[in-house]
Amino acid sequence: MRPVHIAGFAQLPHGLVDNRHDEGGMVRAVTAAALQEAGLGRDDVGFTCSGSSDYIMGRPFSFVMALDGIGAWPPIRESHVEMDGAWALYEAWVRLQHGDVDVALVYCFGKSSLGDVEAIYALQNDPYTIAPLGLDPMTAAALQARQLIARGLLTEREIAETVVNARRNGQSNAEVPAIETRSVEQLLAQPLVRDPLRAHDAARFTDGAAAIVLTVGGGGPRIAGIDHRIDSMNLGVRDLTLCNSARIAAERAGAHNIDAAELYVPYASQEKLLCAAMGLDPGVQINPSGGTLVAETPMVAGLVRIGEAARLIRSGAKRTLAHATAGPCLQQNLVCVLEEAP
Amino acid sequence: MKPVTEFRSPTKLTYTVSAGTVATEFLSAILQRRIVGRRCPVCTKVYVPPRPACPTCAALCEEPVELPETGTVTTFSVVRIPFPGQLLEPPYACAHVLLDGADVPLLHIVGGVDVNQVRMGLRVTAVWYEEPQPTLASIRYFTPNGEPDADYASFREHV
Repeated sequence: MRPVHIAGFAQLPHGLVDNRHDEGGMVRAVTAAALQEAGLGRDDVGFTCSGSSDYIMGRPFSFVMALDGIGAWPPIRESHVEMDGAWALYEAWVRLQHGDVDVALVYCFGKSSLGDVEAIYALQNDPYTIAPLGLDPMTAAALQARQLIARGLLTEREIAETVVNARRNGQSNAEVPAIETRSVEQLLAQPLVRDPLRAHDAARFTDGAAAIVLTVGGGGPRIAGIDHRIDSMNLGVRDLTLCNSARIAAERAGAHNIDAAELYVPYASQEKLLCAAMGLDPGVQINPSGGTLVAETPMVAGLVRIGEAARLIRSGAKRTLAHATAGPCLQQNLVCVLEEAP
Repeated sequence: MKPVTEFRSPTKLTYTVSAGTVATEFLSAILQRRIVGRRCPVCTKVYVPPRPACPTCAALCEEPVELPETGTVTTFSVVRIPFPGQLLEPPYACAHVLLDGADVPLLHIVGGVDVNQVRMGLRVTAVWYEEPQPTLASIRYFTPNGEPDADYASFREHV
C-alpha cells in the first residue's frame, strides 16, 4: 500500500442555521483552508472527490453547483458520492493507490436547517416494505436500544452518561455551537420521546462543510488502515445488539492500541455498542471533540471525525480511530485508523 | 398470481431554502429593476447571475457590478412546438443575451418582435413586468432596441 497522509483539514464552524453560504461558498472556504494547511495549491491536486446529498440540500445537482468553489477549470479529475465525505475520502484513498496521482482533495457539505433530516433519512428504508410504514431513524434506534437494555448490555443511565460526556467535551470545541452541560439526573428527568430514548439522545443537527487534503508521503498523520462494511437494510434479519459491519471494518482497519476515537454516534444509545463492536478498550478516550451528539452536519460529520482524529495525532496521540456511519441502526460503518508519520 | 403493478406510498419533503448572500443580492436588485453581477478579482470576468466563487479561478467574487439592461443576442433558438411544462405559447425565441459589461450571457426570451427577426448580434433591452418579484422572470423578455447589430467579432469571445 502507498502511505497516505492527512496533510490538511478544515471545517466551517458548524452552525445551527447557515443562511450566508451557498454550496460554492461553503466549498470554497473549506477547500482553500485545507490546501493552505497542506501548503499546496489547487494545481497540485490530482484527484478530487466530494460527498453530499441533494435530498439534504433540497435542490437537484447541488454537488455540481459546489464545483464552482474549487475552480474546476481546466477540467479536473473529479468524483462524487451521495454519501458522507468519509466515503469520499475512502474513494480518494483508493484512487491514490493507483500510483499515478499523489495529492487528493476531499470535501463535503450539508445543511440540516433546510429540511427535516429524519424524514429524509426515513426514505433510505426499503421502498416496498418499510418506507410506507414511515419508520424514522430515531424509532429504529429505539428498537435497538430496547434490545440492548433487555440483554443487559446497556442501561438508561449509561445512555445519559454518554450525553453528559459528549456535552462536556463539546465545551472546548470552538467549531460547534454552544451547548449546555447537564447531569445524568437532569437528563433522566426529561420525557421519553421514543421510549427508551429522550430528545437529547439524538445527535444535534447542524449546517457546515469540511475538507481534507490527502498526500502520498510527506508529513502529517498517516492512514494506517481504512475499511468500510455494510449490514442488511432489513432490520429484522439483523441482530441489532451486534454491529458486525463495524466489527469487521475495525478489524480490517487495525483498531488496536488506540489512544482516542472519534465516533459518529447518531443516538447516544449506540456509542457503547460501537465501542464493543470495534473492540475499543475502556481506557480509550471517546469523542474529545464532543462528537456528533454535539454537532452532526449531514454528509459532513463522518469526514469531520477523520479530521478530528488527525488533529489528535498532531497534538501528541500515537494512534487514533475515526468512525463514520450511515443508515438505520448503524447499518453501514467506515473505520479509519491514523498514526504518527514515521 | 396477478402481478402487482402499482401501490401507493405518499412521500412529502418540505424545505426552507435560503438563497445565500450572493443570490440574495441579485434577487433583491431585481426587485428594484436592477441587474447586479459580480466580478472575479483574478480573471476580472463579470458573472451574471453572480456566483460566489469564480468557476475558473476558485477566487471569491466579492465585488458587485451594476449592469445595464441592454445587451446582444449571442445565440438563440426559436421554439416552434409545444412540450410538457412549457410556460410560453410557441413560437417564441429563447436566447443568450450578453449584457453590456458582462462576460457570460444570460439565458432569457427575446420578445416583442417576429421570431423570424431574431438573429445573432441583435441589440436588445429588457422589458420588465409592472411589479417585479425576486426572480429573473420579472424581466418579461428582451426586445430589439433599434441599435445597429453588433459585429460578430465584438462578442465572439463570449459565444
